[in-house]
Amino acid sequence: MKFGVVVFPGSNCDHDAWYAVSHNLGQPAEFIWHDANSLGDVDAVILPGGFSYGDYLRCGAIAKFSPVMQSVRKFAAEGGLVLGICNGFQILVESGLLPGALVRNRGLKFVCKPTPLHVETVNSPFTSEATKGQRLIMPVAHGEGCYIADERTLDQLEAEDRVVVRYLDNPNGSLRDIAGILNEGRNVMGLMPHPDRSSDTLMGSTDGLVLFRSMAAALVAAH
Amino acid sequence: MTPEVIETHGLKPAEYEKIVTLLGREPSYTELGIFSVMWSEHCSYKSSRIHLKKLPTRSNLVLQGPGENAGIIDIGSGYAIAFKIESHNHPSFIEPFQGAATGVGGILRDIFTMGARPIAVLDALRFGPLDHPRNRRILEGVVSGIAHYGNCFGVPTVGGECVFEECYNGNPLVNAFALGVFRHNQIFYGKAKGVGNPVIYVGAKTGRDGIHGASMASAEFTEEAKQKRPNVQVGDPFLEKLLLEACLEAMQTGAIVGIQDMGAAGLTCSTCEMGSRAGTGVEIDLKYVPQRETGMTPYEIMLSESQERMLLVAEAGREEEVFRVFRKWGLDAVTIGRVTSDGVLCVKDHGEVVAEIPNRDLADEAPVYDRLHTKPYRPAPLDPPEGILNRKAAIQSDLIALLSSGDICSKRWIWEQYDYSVRTNTLAGPGSDAAIVRVKETGTSLAMALDGNGRYCALDPREGAKLIVAECCRNLSCAGALPVAATNNLNFGNPERPEIMAQLVESIEGLAEACRFFETPITGGNVSLYNETLGEAIWPTPVIGIVGLMETARPTPMHFSRPDRAVILLGGFGATNAQHFGGTQYVKVILKSMWGLPPALDMDYEKRVQQTVRDAIASGLAESAHDLSDGGLAVALVESSFGLAGVGADIHMPADDRPEFLLFHEAPSRILVSTSRPDEVLKIAAQNGIEAARIGATMEEWFRIRCGSDTLVDCDLAELKNRWATALERMMHQS
Repeated sequence: MKFGVVVFPGSNCDHDAWYAVSHNLGQPAEFIWHDANSLGDVDAVILPGGFSYGDYLRCGAIAKFSPVMQSVRKFAAEGGLVLGICNGFQILVESGLLPGALVRNRGLKFVCKPTPLHVETVNSPFTSEATKGQRLIMPVAHGEGCYIADERTLDQLEAEDRVVVRYLDNPNGSLRDIAGILNEGRNVMGLMPHPDRSSDTLMGSTDGLVLFRSMAAALVAAH
Repeated sequence: MTPEVIETHGLKPAEYEKIVTLLGREPSYTELGIFSVMWSEHCSYKSSRIHLKKLPTRSNLVLQGPGENAGIIDIGSGYAIAFKIESHNHPSFIEPFQGAATGVGGILRDIFTMGARPIAVLDALRFGPLDHPRNRRILEGVVSGIAHYGNCFGVPTVGGECVFEECYNGNPLVNAFALGVFRHNQIFYGKAKGVGNPVIYVGAKTGRDGIHGASMASAEFTEEAKQKRPNVQVGDPFLEKLLLEACLEAMQTGAIVGIQDMGAAGLTCSTCEMGSRAGTGVEIDLKYVPQRETGMTPYEIMLSESQERMLLVAEAGREEEVFRVFRKWGLDAVTIGRVTSDGVLCVKDHGEVVAEIPNRDLADEAPVYDRLHTKPYRPAPLDPPEGILNRKAAIQSDLIALLSSGDICSKRWIWEQYDYSVRTNTLAGPGSDAAIVRVKETGTSLAMALDGNGRYCALDPREGAKLIVAECCRNLSCAGALPVAATNNLNFGNPERPEIMAQLVESIEGLAEACRFFETPITGGNVSLYNETLGEAIWPTPVIGIVGLMETARPTPMHFSRPDRAVILLGGFGATNAQHFGGTQYVKVILKSMWGLPPALDMDYEKRVQQTVRDAIASGLAESAHDLSDGGLAVALVESSFGLAGVGADIHMPADDRPEFLLFHEAPSRILVSTSRPDEVLKIAAQNGIEAARIGATMEEWFRIRCGSDTLVDCDLAELKNRWATALERMMHQS
């Protein structure tokens, strides 16, 4: 089992995701450079947080054109597990791998704080190890994390059980308190809170580790 | 050169004479510009240099003292840290957002130019009171500028402090501290060594921004200050992030001989300082310098302070290894010249020499002044105004007023805008006594804090400076860390005024004495003078940043975590009198006045109190530890109760006929500890020869203070906390 962490110019949580997987989860992880035209032999991909390409224009808007995203799209289409955290979520949305959009926080300010979340579904390879209704504390750290989509899309996400986590104390104005969602195939997930920053007892919460543990379990089951 | 041209360059006639003598001829216009920035107060420290020599700079942990881009300390296991504090006061007043952003950018470059990866930023901020809309706008701009730069760059902003006083109305202070980690064998210096080696320019293109920024920071503001906006640089944190990664990667090639960032005075400063340190010359041709504007003159190119640029010297023949790394990160890297043997900075423009100055003359021959200093200017009387202390204290409402005041209230509104947890090392972030950042490579943690108290220093610059060192060390000790080294940022008014110069001299001497006593040598820092607008100087505001080492990763929390624990006041109740009470927050907020002297400090006693808390922590006895500072005992007790656990305290002390003195005086050398084994803590205190008093116990969700038979505070903890937590937000949203 091997996790790949994509590094875009401006990614700044790449090392955090790598550390969470390799040290806190204890599974092999390697970095994948943004202009790589292959993902190598990784079994799961993480798009980390940060400010890819400076997030000029719109968050994630330039990253979607990077060579590595061609491979990520193909990997996702073939059922590979892709987790986008924060800026990674923004990139997945810009790339069309997840529906909706992430816009400026309601308060118009960057917000960094631990945030309680509610697990909405365990029917996913990212939350199979959690329990439905479980309360998880993970930090958010973003300026543009307000999730929006049209009513139909939101209804559809809920009808198809694709809202994975909701905020219990909405920090950014996201519609219907949505913090993280799945694609139709349930193998691509994006969320604004940081599981990578809540996987270590020293950091005050290990609630985020359940996402990585679930992914590892899914990979074991697939082999 | 006409006297007007010389004067607009901020040079005195005698300084110009010295230039002519050194060169043996009149300088060209470009050369005059180069001298003017290198000999500015900001770059040359000409007013402070002779006094800075009084500071202690050595210990067996100091690997690099002042004079380089940052100081370096050994942290064991083959690792070291580089850290420094620097001001961006003048730019932040003119253009708060960019001024503060580029302040952060500048200090980060100072750290990674040495090869260290920045892992923490802290900021010391000073503003005028928030009832003035302009001050709210400046605060808002400064905070979003710091957030913009640090968050995107990917360094956590883990702490700092923010104080409001009238004296900062026209001169806000923005002091940014950064710290980075590296291996001993990865340290790089700003030296242009090896005759014939290529001099390489990397990073952003040069534009017309920031020209004469260093000179601007060396003069007072007048009515026309706002017109200096073009002197403020514009930052691009994304570019700096790329520059960081590219520089650290390029250093791994082994092809880099020396490297320095282009900060104040840009290309001028980096070339002549690198040459001066190595005893070499540097020859460059400006036609190779990447430019983002057309038609720039040699004068403009040499003086531009465009951000996100570095100058490096590589081993001849290995340029391509360096270029390859910068290409990978999409950055410009071009050879603009070479190292020569003649010790001269030779600047050419398309082959034609436009400046030719010995590097030493620029970097080391700047004038040094022993400026006249008399008695420090005192903005307040020694004795309290008649009758002011006759007021009958209303302790509970006074406490609430203090908790809701700018200096004491929670700064959450500020630090929630900072990414304080990126890099997953922040074990204690903003709002703690000290920021605690773990070092994954060594398995231990570093503690760091910034402290400054302009009010104390205005009343007595020497004692005030000693008090801030004591408090900063106390902050670190409360987390269980041993303070080992310091950096300072000296913010003062116009040194050409003897009563201001006296504040500077006395503060430096106070810092020197205290840093020597607490064994925290100063490894570098910054001096910001001329913080005056229309003749009105700021209070003397030295800011100290101290770094401490922990033997383990996990810090001791500042908050009470469990009910029914004994609350012990290490150091005892302390002593005060009417005069020493005059600089307290109580007098500022409740009595709206100021007089007298700062609290009295006994450094030897202070050291033993700090030793006691570290001993108690090392023995596993202290469940929490928090020091007393602004607002005294009552505020420290309440702050200890504001943790997530919702544990308050039931305090019972002997009857006192001046309860406001007892509860709000700010005598140093005192720490609150909660413990389940009070007798053992008291024993450690006795062994260290300090007083300690058991003053009560922790309890859930309530806060009470009794003195004798009087109940002075009796309050729901959540209500108190709410007032404290939301005060700043309310001040920012007032109309």
